[in-house]
Amino acid sequence: MQYGYYPGCSLERNAGAYHESTMAVAGVLGLQFTEVDDWNCCGATEFFSVNQMQAYALTGRNLALAADQFAPQPALPVIPVEVAEPPQLVAPCSACYLNLSKVDRYLASSPELAAKVNTALDAGGLHYDPGSLRVRHLLDVMVNDAGYDAIAARVQRALTGLRVAPYYGCLVVRPGFQGQFDDPEYPTTLDKLMRVLGAKVVDFPLKAHCCGGHMTQISEDVALELLRRLLKNAADYQADVIVTLCPMCQLNLDVFQRAVNRRFGTNFNLPVLFFTQLMGLAFGLAPERLGIGKEFVASRPALAKIGASGEAEQERAVGKRAKRRNDQSLPMPYMPEEEER
Amino acid sequence: MSNDQNQIPPPHASPDEERVGVYVCHCGSNIARTIAVEDVALWAEQQEHVVVARDYKFMCSSLGQELIEQDIQAKGLSRIVVAACSPHMHERTFRGACQRAGLNPYLFEMANIRELTSWATDDREAATSKAKAQVKGAIERAVLQEPLEPLFVDINPNTLVVGGGIAGLTAALELADSGYHVYLVDRDSSIGGQMAKLDKTFPTLDCAACILTPKMVDAANHPNITLMTWSEVMAVDGFVGNFSVQVRHKPRYVIEDLCTGCGTCIEKCPSRVLDQHFEVGLGYHKAIDRNFPQAVPKYPVIDTTHCTYFQRGKCRACQVVCPTNAIDFTQKETFEQLEVGNIILATGYEQFDARRVPQYGYGRLANVFTSMEFERMVNAAGPTSGQVVLRDGVTAPQSVGIIHCVGSRDKNYNEYCSRACCMAALKFAHLVHERVPDAEVYNFYIDIRAAGKHYEEFYHRVLEEGTHFIRGRVAEVTDAARGPGEEGSLIIQAEDTLIGKQRRIPVDMVILMVGMEARHDARNVASTFGLGCDFEGWFTERHAKLDPVVTMTEGILIAGACQGPKAIPESVAQGSAAAARVAGLIGRRTIKLEPVRASIEAAACSGCRICNNVCPYHAIVFHEEIKISEVITALCQGCGACVAACPSAAITGAHFTREQVLSQIDGLLWDMQPGVLVLA
Repeated sequence: MQYGYYPGCSLERNAGAYHESTMAVAGVLGLQFTEVDDWNCCGATEFFSVNQMQAYALTGRNLALAADQFAPQPALPVIPVEVAEPPQLVAPCSACYLNLSKVDRYLASSPELAAKVNTALDAGGLHYDPGSLRVRHLLDVMVNDAGYDAIAARVQRALTGLRVAPYYGCLVVRPGFQGQFDDPEYPTTLDKLMRVLGAKVVDFPLKAHCCGGHMTQISEDVALELLRRLLKNAADYQADVIVTLCPMCQLNLDVFQRAVNRRFGTNFNLPVLFFTQLMGLAFGLAPERLGIGKEFVASRPALAKIGASGEAEQERAVGKRAKRRNDQSLPMPYMPEEEER
Repeated sequence: MSNDQNQIPPPHASPDEERVGVYVCHCGSNIARTIAVEDVALWAEQQEHVVVARDYKFMCSSLGQELIEQDIQAKGLSRIVVAACSPHMHERTFRGACQRAGLNPYLFEMANIRELTSWATDDREAATSKAKAQVKGAIERAVLQEPLEPLFVDINPNTLVVGGGIAGLTAALELADSGYHVYLVDRDSSIGGQMAKLDKTFPTLDCAACILTPKMVDAANHPNITLMTWSEVMAVDGFVGNFSVQVRHKPRYVIEDLCTGCGTCIEKCPSRVLDQHFEVGLGYHKAIDRNFPQAVPKYPVIDTTHCTYFQRGKCRACQVVCPTNAIDFTQKETFEQLEVGNIILATGYEQFDARRVPQYGYGRLANVFTSMEFERMVNAAGPTSGQVVLRDGVTAPQSVGIIHCVGSRDKNYNEYCSRACCMAALKFAHLVHERVPDAEVYNFYIDIRAAGKHYEEFYHRVLEEGTHFIRGRVAEVTDAARGPGEEGSLIIQAEDTLIGKQRRIPVDMVILMVGMEARHDARNVASTFGLGCDFEGWFTERHAKLDPVVTMTEGILIAGACQGPKAIPESVAQGSAAAARVAGLIGRRTIKLEPVRASIEAAACSGCRICNNVCPYHAIVFHEEIKISEVITALCQGCGACVAACPSAAITGAHFTREQVLSQIDGLLWDMQPGVLVLA
């Protein structure tokens, strides 16, 4: 399958590991990602608050470039282009994804805004018709286009024994746009993906809470408290790694972990990896090809647990023993999803 | 047009000779505010066929009706057109007026200029012009109408009641007490429905079992009631007064004639399984069991998926211990055909599945319970014998959070209010205080809907007992503690909209007040019985306010929560109302049916059978020998689906003939005809 690929600034620098692992995994799954030529910044989270009009134009330029570059070439001139599915643009970064899809939707709902943005784009000889691209997040493409089954079929080395806290962050599923690919309150696609890879997914109630974003630069107190809550929650559930899908989340949890420990006197030691890195490992790719080792909190000790099957069996045994004769506990509600596993 | 008042038309005039009277209603200001009714009447009088046209404040009043009657007699009118409200509202009224004046009631046509026009716009000019078009259409159709005579059929005095919950039970008992026979069918092994699971009922706190089980026993012992539990209706044929119903009796593997209900088999059965049905997953039952000790009938049922004998061919413990040899593993399902005159559906509701709101943690966080789980917990006959405890089965909660509107009043799930949950939540608060005196109880609500007799008083009582009320929808229930004060608790995060602050309340137990939903198979049931469902799956009544227990299908009535969320008092009221309607109908012995029916011209029928499948009432039979379809007149409801579907134009709907409908369309489009100039 063909996709336009918008890496965003992070993937060129701090989240280089995300880019490398994305490309490696996409190759295995037969997804073709072609980078948008001459793309610019998406406006990140703050530019929309600083100058909204300019931010729309800034993101609009990326949409215009991509729509132009990936416009479908009709095989037969008879078939009108409108009939075809619009070309797809995939963004691995949650902020890029949100901005691109948000601007596309807002332009579609407001012809006046679209006209203004197009006036600005016109200065550069560009034009964008809202709806002529379908903006997708990388996770959405992986689980819904490639699919859980195809992913399961590529697993060479299951992540057995690895306890994973799936962290979605606040941007990828919000706002709950129509047709959003996961529940905005309590998403589960990443949980399921990790299970397919063989990992043990721990409950992670803060999975869609904020990581602090750029508050680390503006109000460190707020940011460190938010990060502490996330790290504590993952540690409480005995996660070995936190897996994420957003460069901002990864950066904050990884780089500021020491600062959190210093501030609160805690001793968190939780590596934070991108989901594509764990996919690559499960597919049997070499860690070097996946950017593993670039993180601040080293992941190697945690990843060494992969394949240690002792724990899983032990857990199963505990589960069986739970039914003692004088046990008065009430049964837990039936969960069809758990039955599947 | 000339107003020749002396000319009396011959009985079978050609359309050109028809004498039409047009009456335009003001409906107070409902129509007159938006439509220039006087204009419409003056204009109507100029139209072809029209002898007289009038406007009047309230056409449906007795004076308005008399106006029509007088004109029919004095001016020799042969067709009547009333431009007023929906025919659902007053068609019957004006047909009556025609009949009293000696005119066949089917020579009357109604133009709905209220719902379709005056209520739909504020544009007076456009509304007036549309009303004229509607009147023109009605005139053009009326002149082609033919006199029709109603059909009379006998009514079978037996009634089928489907569902033995409190609504169905009430209906069955009322009819039986009036001396009519009732078949009461329930798919469950016992009657009693949802109410049988409850402990106390609001606002009086009387015990549900104490008021329900005597009714259940009465139903079982009543000479006029044939009880059929563990049975389902498979198919319904026929029409009002003469339904033929196929009922499937599922095998119990217990011979009812021999079983004494002693319960020894239940005691000795070695297979104990989670009861997802009656105990909603909070308790267990045996592989041979009944819902509860007071179940009616008392006969147990074998759950074959968990019975050791059915699964592995060994065991037979129940058979060995049964003192009357009532266990029969070879029982097969049986079918029975019932002949009834009326059917009352009281099939009830289902609980909203709390797993659909994952942020509330049901199924993930042990001490999050649903309202029905809590009902079972506080029930003295339930899994904890009435003790309020956490999931560990022993610890009493020191604080309980009750979350209202789970799945209700929420655009993500159901937009409607489930009606009974606010009061149930107040009842729960009271019961927690009663069972765990020191516990703190927090109610998280949007609005407290205590609209009912003595409901508000109960709310005040619960307020005075010290229950905390926090107004705001809960964002999430989590076990992710932020500080030492929250460690080990469930934390409920909500915005307290009365003080405008986010609050985090740590509690030991959370109860989710799950809403009511239509049964998952409500649409199938509706199609079996030939009635309509709304978007959410609730059965559609004939009129939401004026006719709530009757459906658009004659002889099929509805009662209780299958029509929409309801608590016990409303369900009982509907059960009684449905029974009274049926009893009234049976008392007449015959019923008059609308003559608006389809008929097939045999010579034109190609035998393609398209109409057989489009008919929602199973009213068309196919004669294999002569390859021709035929409408069973009494079954036909006159919907017209077959008329439109027939590729050979062989089907005609009486009162809706092709000519009538086409001329009405011509009339509606009168100002579009070439040569007509509209001076707006």
